[in-house]
Amino acid sequence: MSALLEIRCLDVRIPLATGTLHPVRDVSLSVARGETLCIVGESGCGKSLTSLAIMNLLPKRARRTATRLVFDGIDLTGLGEREMADVRGDRMAMIFQEPMTSLNPAYTIGNQLEEALMRHRKVARTAARDRAVYLLEKVGITAAGQRLAQYPHQLSGGLRQRVMIAMALMCGPRLIIADEPTTALDVTIQAEILRLLAALQREFDMAVVLITHDLGIVARIADRVAVMYAGQIVEIGPVKDIFTRPLHPYTQGLLRCIPIPGRTRPGEHLGSIPGMVPSLIGKIQGCAFRNRCPHTFPACATTEVSLLEVTGEHGYRCILSPQASAANAAEVAAV
Amino acid sequence: MFVYFVKRSFVALLVAITVSIVSFLLLHLSGDLAQSLAGPSASAADVAQVRKAYGLDRPMAIQYLDWAGRAIHGDFGESFFLKQPVFPIIAQRLPVTMTLGVSALLIALLVSIPLGIVAALRPNSWIDRLALTISVFGQALPSFWFGLLLMMLFGVTLRWLPVSGTGGWQYYVMPAITLSYYSIPAFMRLTRAGMMEVLASDYIRTARAKGLRTMTVLFKHALRNAIIPLVAVAAVQLGFALGGSIVIEAVFSLHGVGYLGWESISRADFPVVQAIVLILACFYIVLTLLADLLNAFLDPRIRVR
Amino acid sequence: MTVETYVDLANVLPSSAGSVFRRRVLGHTTFLVGAGILVVIVGVALLAPLLAPHDPYAQDLSQRLVPPLWDDGGSWTHPLGTDQLGRDYLSRLIYGSRISLLVGFSIMILSGIIGTSLGVIAGYFGGRIDLVINFIVTTRLAMPVILVALTVAALAGSSLRNVILVLGLLLWDRFAVVTRSATLQIRALDYVAAAQAVGCSTWRIVVSEILPNVLNVIIIIATIEMANGILLAAALSFLGLGVPPPLPAWGAMIADGKQYMFFSPWVITIPGVALFMLVLGINLLGDGIRDLTAPENRS
Repeated sequence: MSALLEIRCLDVRIPLATGTLHPVRDVSLSVARGETLCIVGESGCGKSLTSLAIMNLLPKRARRTATRLVFDGIDLTGLGEREMADVRGDRMAMIFQEPMTSLNPAYTIGNQLEEALMRHRKVARTAARDRAVYLLEKVGITAAGQRLAQYPHQLSGGLRQRVMIAMALMCGPRLIIADEPTTALDVTIQAEILRLLAALQREFDMAVVLITHDLGIVARIADRVAVMYAGQIVEIGPVKDIFTRPLHPYTQGLLRCIPIPGRTRPGEHLGSIPGMVPSLIGKIQGCAFRNRCPHTFPACATTEVSLLEVTGEHGYRCILSPQASAANAAEVAAV
Repeated sequence: MFVYFVKRSFVALLVAITVSIVSFLLLHLSGDLAQSLAGPSASAADVAQVRKAYGLDRPMAIQYLDWAGRAIHGDFGESFFLKQPVFPIIAQRLPVTMTLGVSALLIALLVSIPLGIVAALRPNSWIDRLALTISVFGQALPSFWFGLLLMMLFGVTLRWLPVSGTGGWQYYVMPAITLSYYSIPAFMRLTRAGMMEVLASDYIRTARAKGLRTMTVLFKHALRNAIIPLVAVAAVQLGFALGGSIVIEAVFSLHGVGYLGWESISRADFPVVQAIVLILACFYIVLTLLADLLNAFLDPRIRVR
Repeated sequence: MTVETYVDLANVLPSSAGSVFRRRVLGHTTFLVGAGILVVIVGVALLAPLLAPHDPYAQDLSQRLVPPLWDDGGSWTHPLGTDQLGRDYLSRLIYGSRISLLVGFSIMILSGIIGTSLGVIAGYFGGRIDLVINFIVTTRLAMPVILVALTVAALAGSSLRNVILVLGLLLWDRFAVVTRSATLQIRALDYVAAAQAVGCSTWRIVVSEILPNVLNVIIIIATIEMANGILLAAALSFLGLGVPPPLPAWGAMIADGKQYMFFSPWVITIPGVALFMLVLGINLLGDGIRDLTAPENRS
């Protein structure tokens, strides 16, 4: 069965006064129907821009190139803005990070929900309204009928994010891209929203690409994980593999940073990754992570590393052999 | 919300009263009214006679209260020059000034909003530069001179429009354009700044992510929010324009309230002047209240108070 | 904050335009061009006796309405022609610059002092005082300025002094509103609280802490009001109630020339261009200052 979303060698470049910023480099991944892929990485690693690149919502000056960017059989690179707009919101939808500012304050919730459906389907407003009520209830909002007439500022952050989810579902998309949907919410609400997303995904048979910096979320809902660093995917594979046998030093470093119940002893130092992300302007020679890697050696500075696939599913971008990497992995393996 | 407007209305009333007092004082204290009425060639006895005849020898407070008492009932006294009640005279001229003011406002909005939108969409492009240049030049042009230039071009050289006077719509074209030129820079800057800020906001990103068409995003979502401060300012600007139309009306001999004011000042017809000042002030005050109302109407967030 | 202030803030706030780098260059150009124009005009005003070829008041009825140099009939004797009383236009233009500059400057100073005082007091003390001053400002805004100015000029007699006084006493509103906003912002900052805690007298705080920081905004508004004052004074002169004849005020020159404008257009074009250039120069200077001192440029 072919993948729902297939990306090969996606690049994003932004010309600046001081040089060309290259925040997304050679990104390749695929998402199957009904699967949850989590893209994880620290701030500035390019994960948000990757999602915007898929939707073609990049800032005006940005240039996107890809060898292959196919969604549900459609070649996205060949689409003009008009055709892309037909796809957006209909078969592919997106949820953003800040629910407080993502809704237009001048229109009611109902208006904004209904317009999402009426744009893509020839339906009357009453039919759109019914669907809006249905979805609001699905996302756990009570008194949905009354809510439709309310304005965004009358709802809390958690409620607004639920509305955003409902809005994304209005046309029954095949793929939802969620860019840090819970980061701006309270921890208690976070869990609810994630549970909600997972339930909806199962019910409507959607694929989800969830972008986050929180490994805890990844552990909870991901089927597969892509780890990004400095604009590149440094490791990608099934969630179990990533957590039990991380092969890239960066992933290993990340896992060292989080406390693991049952393994981390009280009072034990958590790891950290010293150093800073390299500048994304211009070319990066060799491996981008070498300045912070505990296993680096001279060849790392000169060799262009591509994603090495261990199994068909699990790949990592490092010149260390799979065996050496696995040995390093054993030190940090999370059960 | 309601309480807020009641308070505002009360303050507005106080302002109106204060304006009438201040203008009354200015009128009576800047010079000798009796002297002006009697004329430069009058003798001291004549002046004294005039003073007594018009009740100008009474204490200031009494004169004011007398005037105010009658003004509340709509009686603004009698025009010295035309020997008729003041209010109907003004009321007759009012439609001319209103037409001028509203036309000027419409022209200004029709020009500045599209220019502002385009400038916001393409910052630093030639259109943006053009808009900026129009802005800078517009603020430096003396309005009366601009009016005269238009008169020479369209009235004399091209003969498309009547040079001066009052009448049908043709008589309002040049005056309205001249009056509008003053507001265009500010309106354009507001639209441009408002659009740029709104276009960078998250809800526009959401609108695009929903796949809405570009026009829908621009007008239904972006402009709707960007225009809110502009609408309020436009209402206030109309208030200023009504008060400032005197120069334009003088240039084009358009017989509106401003022109009447000018005539009345020249012939020392002070009851008329006093009444005009108060009426124009009331218009301004009402328009600012309207601006507040519009703000609340357009921005749901403000309604919750 | 009243709705009217939106218009003023739109004039004062920097209109965002590209990168900081570009802003710096643009700011410089605008500033330089504006300053250049002003230097020329001020120079002309100061050197008037040396530059003017004739006495601006000398009438010569045999030389009425002589066209300027570039029209046929013109000559170098009267490079910009003559007016309806045979007075040399170039000389009147040159001496007129003195009047415009004097008027603009005086109005700016007078309205600036009144407005800044009101604004700073309202912003610093807040509470009832702020309410009262706000009321005063609103009252002033409700009054039709030109009408009132005309009335006072008619009654008190039109003279240079009266024009300056009446306009100076009326045009302080923008100063008040903007300095009040700026004062409110500064007052909330820590170093003012520190000064208060140490026990500095109010006067001392206002003069040494608040005023220097409000200065930037004051200068920008000062340019706006100077330009405004010049335009309004010209309008008053045009309507016959401003600077009295035979003083060569540019506005009055346009008024005088109105009846001849169809056959001798230079009579109104030339003084109009002069007014336009002066106001343009002031506006560009103000824009340049605003761009150069915009918060982004302060490191």
